[in-house]
Amino acid sequence: MAGQSKIEAYIRTEMAPTMPPPASTVGIVGWMRANLFSDWINTVLTLIGMYLVYITLQTVIDWAFIRAVWTGEDNKACLDKEVGFHVGACWAFVGSKFSQFVYGRYPLEERWRVDITFLVGAVGLAWMIIENAPYRKWVAIFMLALFPLMALILLTGGNFELSSGSWKAFSLLSIIALVGVAFVGVRAQTKGSDFDLSTALMIPAAILAYIFLAYFLVDFDFGMAPVETSQWGGLLVTLVVAITGIVASLPIGILLALGRRSEMPVVRMASVIFIEFWRGVPLITVLFMSSVMLPLFLPEGVNFDKLLRCLIGVALFSAAYMAEVVRGGLQAIPKGQYEGAMALGLPFWKMMGLIVLPQALKLVIPGIVNTFIGLFKDTTLVLIIGLFDLLGIIQLNVTADAKWFAPSVHNTGYVFAGLSFWIFCFGMSRYSIYMENKLHTGHKR
Amino acid sequence: MSVETQDVESDGAKVPLWNDPKVRALVSQAVLIGLVLWFGYEIVNNTFVNLEKRKIASGFGFLNTTASFGIIQTLVPYTEASSYGRVFFVGLLNTLLIGGIGIVVATMLGFLVGIMRLSKNWVVQKVATVYVETLRNIPLLLQIFFWYFGVLSALPNARNSLVLFGETVFLNSRGLYLPKPIFEDGSGAIWIALLVGIVAAFFVRRWATKRQEATGEQFPKFWATVGLVLGLPFLAYLLSGLPVSVEYSTKGTFNLSGGLQVIPEFVALLLALSFYTASFIAEIVRAGILAVSHGQTEAAHALGIKNSHTLRLVVIPQALRVIIPPLTSQYLNLTKNSSLAVAIAYPDLVSVFAGTVLNQTGQAVEILLMTMGVYLAISLITSMFMNWYNAKMALAER
Amino acid sequence: MKTKILAIAAGAAISMVAAQAASAATLDDIKKKGHVQCGVSQGLAGFSNPDDKGNWTGMDVDVCRALGAAIFGDATKAKYTALSAKERFTALQSGEVDLLSRNTTWTATRDTALGLNFAGVNYYDGQGFMVRKSLGVTSALQLAGAAICTNTGTTTELNVADGFRADKRRYEVVAFEKADEVVQAYDKGRCDVYTTDASGLYSQRLKLANADDHIVLPEIISKEPLGPVVRQGDDQWFNLVKWTMYLMLNAEELGVTSKNVDEMKSSGNPAVKRILGVEGNFGENLGVGNDWGYNIIKQVGNYGEVFDANVGPDTPLGIARGVNALWSKGGIQYAPPIR
Repeated sequence: MAGQSKIEAYIRTEMAPTMPPPASTVGIVGWMRANLFSDWINTVLTLIGMYLVYITLQTVIDWAFIRAVWTGEDNKACLDKEVGFHVGACWAFVGSKFSQFVYGRYPLEERWRVDITFLVGAVGLAWMIIENAPYRKWVAIFMLALFPLMALILLTGGNFELSSGSWKAFSLLSIIALVGVAFVGVRAQTKGSDFDLSTALMIPAAILAYIFLAYFLVDFDFGMAPVETSQWGGLLVTLVVAITGIVASLPIGILLALGRRSEMPVVRMASVIFIEFWRGVPLITVLFMSSVMLPLFLPEGVNFDKLLRCLIGVALFSAAYMAEVVRGGLQAIPKGQYEGAMALGLPFWKMMGLIVLPQALKLVIPGIVNTFIGLFKDTTLVLIIGLFDLLGIIQLNVTADAKWFAPSVHNTGYVFAGLSFWIFCFGMSRYSIYMENKLHTGHKR
Repeated sequence: MSVETQDVESDGAKVPLWNDPKVRALVSQAVLIGLVLWFGYEIVNNTFVNLEKRKIASGFGFLNTTASFGIIQTLVPYTEASSYGRVFFVGLLNTLLIGGIGIVVATMLGFLVGIMRLSKNWVVQKVATVYVETLRNIPLLLQIFFWYFGVLSALPNARNSLVLFGETVFLNSRGLYLPKPIFEDGSGAIWIALLVGIVAAFFVRRWATKRQEATGEQFPKFWATVGLVLGLPFLAYLLSGLPVSVEYSTKGTFNLSGGLQVIPEFVALLLALSFYTASFIAEIVRAGILAVSHGQTEAAHALGIKNSHTLRLVVIPQALRVIIPPLTSQYLNLTKNSSLAVAIAYPDLVSVFAGTVLNQTGQAVEILLMTMGVYLAISLITSMFMNWYNAKMALAER
Repeated sequence: MKTKILAIAAGAAISMVAAQAASAATLDDIKKKGHVQCGVSQGLAGFSNPDDKGNWTGMDVDVCRALGAAIFGDATKAKYTALSAKERFTALQSGEVDLLSRNTTWTATRDTALGLNFAGVNYYDGQGFMVRKSLGVTSALQLAGAAICTNTGTTTELNVADGFRADKRRYEVVAFEKADEVVQAYDKGRCDVYTTDASGLYSQRLKLANADDHIVLPEIISKEPLGPVVRQGDDQWFNLVKWTMYLMLNAEELGVTSKNVDEMKSSGNPAVKRILGVEGNFGENLGVGNDWGYNIIKQVGNYGEVFDANVGPDTPLGIARGVNALWSKGGIQYAPPIR
């Protein structure tokens, strides 16, 4: 008894107060000790790194803000000897040329057309990206089917005056196609198979209707002044080349990817050769080819617009890259999905269109975005064949405009170009990473 | 008889002819072949018709014509009197030079930055992240302009060259001037010694590895290799009576002359290509190292393997398997991107052959086909080599 | 997949561009489409240069405007395609442009192996050198060992090589794809010397940071006759281009200018009457209206006016007439008579 109480006397009945952790392991100090100064090597690295950061920040701030010129009408504002100090950035130049950087030489009074195209494009894209937005499907259909048409008509002015011959030929072809489908359908029905004529006709009919609409709209005179592609420039050309390239390359890329995984040897060979050819040559030679060789390939009298030739080259080039991205997605789909679809008796295109591709494409969204970033950066190469994209028009303005000639203008122009591209590409890469993370959670084991 | 056969067939499979997968496959492939042939025929035919109608010269005869223009950097003897065929060769070598050196520099830089991104040091990690995120989001062409027109032209002009290492190395806006070794008669022994050294080093290393596997005894492989590869030629150099002299650059009226000149176009292109590609390689390396599970490192540590060996023997071999395929495509990209040389007058294949020669002869078809063929061949050879290497690395797995 | 590509290409071809025939009758095509499609440079002050709004001006552009005036009576009926040195001949051969008026040198190769025809010379040029004053160089003969910046694929690159090779002088040539890049590199000190056609030197000098720090050396090392080019095999169009240029020269010789052309119409001089279409049917013979001469001179001007307005002493380029003066005034510009 007594012993027990003796022991009890030694036992604390209340909890000891929690001591704060040593000051050196918490808070800013602790974080710094752990992450910056854990041993002497790290300390040296940290100091070197911080010095680098300091130097960079100081140079950038000094150049971009402190020694910068913000207003001015011509190079007098940005010449050292005129203003009396060593001029850093000449933002006045960017300000005065900004509209040219965006539109190139697009006629002033017609620029609202570009604005509308940009606006609709941006809103539509944002709508598609935001999840849970209402009517996403309809917006997507609009963006894929009607927006390109609208952009084409708005930017060029439409009214292509298609020859009546092409109208007739087209109508004839479509009638033959419809009759053919109907004939096969009727025959199948008489044989008693469960062939549903209306669904079989729906897709071809929809496509034909769309093409008719496109023909009609492109041919229709909206009363807009035509603007030749040679007058386009700046961001407009960059976006047109990049977006057309990616949109056109997607269907071709999917077909090529399917072809490469096909069991038919000829189809597989053709796809492999096509893909490896375009992936094996530099884009610049492709652009040279489209600018000096393509005209020789075409029959007498057929002639492509220079921008269109470049677009064809870019689309074929990026289609090969897209094919490899899509192939990655197809390979990631478990075999069970294919087998399940086949067990249900789905024919090849239905299996691909309804089961495999929707899953595969969703998987490769980050890859598609990355291809797009690459293409977006590569659009700068068109300046070598004499189209004025964003970089091209900036280069033209800094080197060829005597009114704005100053060393500071030069640097400012290139920095502005770099910054613009960086904002676009960085934004897209963030989106790609976000999508990647989102998709990953769904497939984690 | 025939009726019966039909019945049997229709009993076996009630598939009409156009729904038979085999028939369908055959027909669609035949159609495809037909289309491809027709397409190819159209193109070739149109081209010939056009060339003839427009009276443009064709054929490869132009390759023997005298080029009569100068090239700023040639790895093989070339004069204005050389032929267009020689120009092709000169351009090809220049492309391979920039590609080869660029790949080495980009790999080293990329590995460095990739490891920096995994550093525990917050500042180092952030610096590496900023590097990667900045460089890979800016078009390469712009970066080439930056290095060429921005950085290198800020160097002093030829008359006020930076003099380094006591009048032996000069740096100015016309390039970097290094002393040039001149191999005189009798210097052949040095090359033979070098060759012998490399071969011997190879066998010594193989023997050392075998011995270590058998007995566990280690052999100083590194120093033995250094001794054989560098020491033997040096010995030969001494023994054959110092047959190598050095030519230094001297100042002329306009430029420095003599010595080994590294032109600024080369430097700018090299810097731009390596810095740009390194940002992609860094990400590949990072992903590769992250892909090796932490358990591997822990197990190695538990076995008492020291840190540097863990990295070299456990982590990197496993990471390489993940790294190599994307790394290959980066190497190919770098080689293909070297064609942007055309923007800053580095005389690579596209610049001198698909540029100058094309302009002078106007034979676009032949010249572009040859140029594209070269890049295609480089791509295919590299992929083949890398596939082989990949397979070899994969075999190490059980 | 090939079919898909083909379909896209075909669809695009039909919809995006009205097919233009590059057939024999260029003039008929031009009349049908309503404008002359003209290949010009990507920007060379005084010869073909676009302003911020895309309006082209220059001597080469005025050839196209004159053709627009001759065919349609309206000098604005000409459209321009900017072409790089590399693309220019293909663009003409393939029929993308009807006429190449892009400071192109007349050489034997181009006249034969490329299937082209030079319709005449609208500017007699020669290759010159520009250097920094601070180098103290006064003659091209002192340039041994110099670094030389030039354009790739032009005749100038070849001339330099020829010139230095003949004297066995060392040199280093840096050849760029675009004229702007050459100027930029020269300005940044990559080269001691900038060489191109002398007219080009004057126009590019304007783009340098301090134009006064540079001088153009007196030597001219080559002949560079620049002129408009057409495809071979269409004599009617070739003739029209040729005689449009001759007409402008004849007009200068006879003193007919854009200002006095209306009064000159009632001149008693038969030569003037023939030019202005009052007498004879020279226009009809060329496939255009007889008032073609009147329209050209009224809307574009005679050769002297064009020269003075674009490159002459009163322009920023400040080039003297020199060899481009009329034969009667000590130059070599000589046109066959219109009769």
